Amino acid sequence: MDTDIQVSPGAMFTETALDRQKRRIEIVVRIFLLVVTSLMIIPLLLIIGYLLYKALPVLSFEFLFTNPKDNMRAGGIWAPFLGTIYLVVVSLLVSAPIGVFAAVYLNEYARENWFTRITNLAVVNLAGVPSIVHALFGVGAFVLFARLGESILAASLTLAIMTLPVIIASTTEALKAVPMSFREACWNLGATRWQTIRRIVIPNSISGILTGVILQVSRAAGETAPIMFTGAVFYKAIAEGDLFAYNIMEQCMALSLHLFTISTQVPDVTEGIPYATAIMLVGSVLLINAVSIALRVYLRTRKKW
Amino acid sequence: MENKIQISDLRVHYGDTPALNGISFDVHPNEILSIIGPAQSGKTTLLKVINRTLEFTPDAKVEGTVKLDGVDIETIGDVYGLRRRIGMVLPLPVGLPLSIYDNVAFAPRTAGLRTKSELDEIVERCLQQAALWDEVKDRLDTLGTKLSGGQQQRLTIARALSHQPEVLCLDEFSIAIDPVTTMRIEDVLKTLQKEMTILLVTNLVQQAKRLANRTAFFLNGDLIEIDTTDVIFSDTPANQATYDYINGSFG
Repeated sequence: MDTDIQVSPGAMFTETALDRQKRRIEIVVRIFLLVVTSLMIIPLLLIIGYLLYKALPVLSFEFLFTNPKDNMRAGGIWAPFLGTIYLVVVSLLVSAPIGVFAAVYLNEYARENWFTRITNLAVVNLAGVPSIVHALFGVGAFVLFARLGESILAASLTLAIMTLPVIIASTTEALKAVPMSFREACWNLGATRWQTIRRIVIPNSISGILTGVILQVSRAAGETAPIMFTGAVFYKAIAEGDLFAYNIMEQCMALSLHLFTISTQVPDVTEGIPYATAIMLVGSVLLINAVSIALRVYLRTRKKW
Repeated sequence: MENKIQISDLRVHYGDTPALNGISFDVHPNEILSIIGPAQSGKTTLLKVINRTLEFTPDAKVEGTVKLDGVDIETIGDVYGLRRRIGMVLPLPVGLPLSIYDNVAFAPRTAGLRTKSELDEIVERCLQQAALWDEVKDRLDTLGTKLSGGQQQRLTIARALSHQPEVLCLDEFSIAIDPVTTMRIEDVLKTLQKEMTILLVTNLVQQAKRLANRTAFFLNGDLIEIDTTDVIFSDTPANQATYDYINGSFG
């Protein structure tokens, strides 16, 4: 049988019906994917744009550094803003070291046995627990049982419990990204596990670890449920402009709860204030995320393999 | 003659999968003993037993004894010291994400050496021995991971020499190196033989023939035959499988 196919020169470059169809599908798919992606950005831009538009009349440095006044109908957000900073900082001071060290243990030391399996299971499940359940746990464990009372400390510990599993998970991912062959090379040289971790594993996973921790800042700052029964109050006046105005054994205001209060519980609030409060909350979170991304980019350019 | 390493009835399992089925042989001081055999025959496992890094593999079980200078290695308390007495070069080059200098100085430093002049001396000597010094002496502070594959492998060899091992184990060291560099390192090994015992796992039977005083042939976790290289590579080794493998009939 003759299998020679006669092809005139250049014929293989002429567009066939199939080629045209493939090209059309390619264009349609590309536009569809672009539209879907834009759908994600548009709401964010709209929200921030609308908030900014409504908030601009009241936004100022004075707004940031003044306490709420006149039954929270006027004034600024100093007390809740500083309260949120306290809650975030104290909770991360607790959860970041515990989470990172636990992840180092689980990933670098722990053998595969029932203890490791239970711990990993606990981490995964804790990450899935709704924040209101963390709140009730916080009330039982820290406010009542540990007799911390409703305080910044109790609220921060509750937030720490909430952020801990996610920090463990993100740190584990960062540690796993360091190739096993580096560890084996170190062990062959007579290095202990800890020497290997300190000199090779941690320096090469620190960007991922920090990113994971910093992303939890926004989560701790945004949550309302875990703090409203454990340490956050509706109203508390503090010294304006004094960074040390709170005592961690006392209660504090918090931005998230404050926003809820002035939007739903207080009548006749000055028009721009809730919007400005929201902008401060969203703005600080975005700022921290931006810092985290910048840090990651910076550390990644220094990546060594 | 006192044996450098004495292996008796060594068995290793990974879970239910056997890797070594009761092997026994001796390694003489200052010899180059090459270990040949197809994949999955237990060569790498054997090296991991000798420096006790198999302990990092969770489900590996070891039975039998390995003696280094007559001392059962299981009874050695300072396992890190044991690992420093044994230099290990793995098949794929691993430059640690440190500078070239720090790569070579890593082991002496973990052992507690801090004196700059002594470290300088070790780094230069080991890089010389690994035939890498001339290529990197002007850029010791660049990252070891930025070197080419062949250079990284020589860096690995320099690192293995940095803790002045008594036994040097090379696991298919020439996989990532060009033939010319391989020849240079083979010359280095012949020189090093005066100072240390060398265990050479290799897939290149010709390399074993060029270098080794004795050769061991492993197959599926069994030691088929160990004899002087001349005998193993002759037309009449004790076992037909040895002849078949060396002459390319299988594997």
